[in-house]
Amino acid sequence: MSAGLFDKYATLRGNYESLMAASPRNPFGVVIERPLSATVGIIEGRETLLFGTNNYLGLSQSNAARDAAIHAAQTMGVGTTGSRIANGTFGLHQKLEHALAKVFQRKHAMIFSTGYQANLGTISALVNKDDTLFLDADSHASIYDGARLSGAQIIRFRHNDPADLEKRIARTSNSTGARLIIAEGIYSMTGNIAPLKEFVEVKKRHNVPLLVDEAHSFGVLGAHGRGVAEMQNCEADIDFIVGTFSKSLGTVGGYCVTNHDEIDLIRLCSRPYMFTASLPPEIIAATLAALEEIETKPELREKLQKNAARLHEGFKSVGLNTSNFISPVIAVTLEDIPQALAFWNALLAAGVYVNLSLPPATPDNRPLLRCSVMAAHSFDEIDRAVETFGTIAKELQVA
Amino acid sequence: MTDNVADISQMILQKLLENPKVPRDITGDSRIVEDLAFDSLAVMNFVMEIEDTLDVSVPLDKLADIRTINDLAGCLQAIKAEQA
Repeated sequence: MSAGLFDKYATLRGNYESLMAASPRNPFGVVIERPLSATVGIIEGRETLLFGTNNYLGLSQSNAARDAAIHAAQTMGVGTTGSRIANGTFGLHQKLEHALAKVFQRKHAMIFSTGYQANLGTISALVNKDDTLFLDADSHASIYDGARLSGAQIIRFRHNDPADLEKRIARTSNSTGARLIIAEGIYSMTGNIAPLKEFVEVKKRHNVPLLVDEAHSFGVLGAHGRGVAEMQNCEADIDFIVGTFSKSLGTVGGYCVTNHDEIDLIRLCSRPYMFTASLPPEIIAATLAALEEIETKPELREKLQKNAARLHEGFKSVGLNTSNFISPVIAVTLEDIPQALAFWNALLAAGVYVNLSLPPATPDNRPLLRCSVMAAHSFDEIDRAVETFGTIAKELQVA
Repeated sequence: MTDNVADISQMILQKLLENPKVPRDITGDSRIVEDLAFDSLAVMNFVMEIEDTLDVSVPLDKLADIRTINDLAGCLQAIKAEQA
């Protein structure tokens, strides 16, 4: 007798049911009934401070982006109903690609319908089964999935460890296929910042191209907001930068920028680009408006940095275990799942929403309370969040 | 020497037993996921440690076919021979 389709879910079902039995609410099913602003939303009928979004600059609530979206929808409709390869490109798609290329000072940009697809579509087009990929061990799922879709041999190197990367590259010196290194700017779970400049030194010594995902760092770090590569002054040596519109730009979509002229060939073989509907006009128009805000309002980044430092310092002051990197993603590491569940539920009940991240989705098998800070947060909101964390930590004897 | 499968398997067992959470009665035939209760991330992280001991890199797709400690030892030995 053949197995049922869902027999394989037996373990997952057991784990899920135990989790639900131990938690008064589903941590993976939080409903934000509606946002009141970038920083406050209605959850379970009450006003809740939002510290669990990726809306780093608050631009999901930008008036300029909203107005641009309305105008685009009124003049062009709400969808493209097909892929650019099969059903045509809108002028707005090209306008956004030109704008991104200009911002990143690159020759080319290619946009995708989501950030996930940007990694899937770029990685799977750049390497194939004869090639080797070197991925940071803590890479985002979209990087692992893009790597799997490519069929390339995948070799993990220790997180943020250039010496470990170099050792693993050296082991493949006899490889005949192409090689590619992939790292991220800011890591989404922990907020750790990559030593890109050191990775660049490794890539130069071994002549292996480097792709960097700046999804969480674009708009956030660097003098012009171009991310960790700009901050560490090594942009010129990074071959491909991938990113998303769904973090600091506040909309949805993704991109790859590069100086390689082969980008038009990539469009013809990147399945996640070819076989999906292109971004609708209102999203592109809103993204263009948000991009302009990032360029013209450096004060947003400055405020974000101040807010990140305040939240980080606040967590340290109440004895919580966080990374030493000061970035807009700040994760509080806890010891076990029951403790994390209790902490997370108490936070939400007290009006603070953060993300609960459980192993194996966390780097070192310990649960995290992942917090993200925004430029739009006031110091008062940050202080209230820290105070709530501190009170609960004492009650649970965490700190 | 860790050049043959039996030696590599023994070395893996020793490394695993350094972890107090691993059952004491494991053998080369123990299944990594089922008997050791390793999830996919734990397997990848453990393999990283072994890689350094043997100075080899195991591509992730090779891990998909590995069930037991002896399977892992066989895979490592083959890669080491290939890289020699």
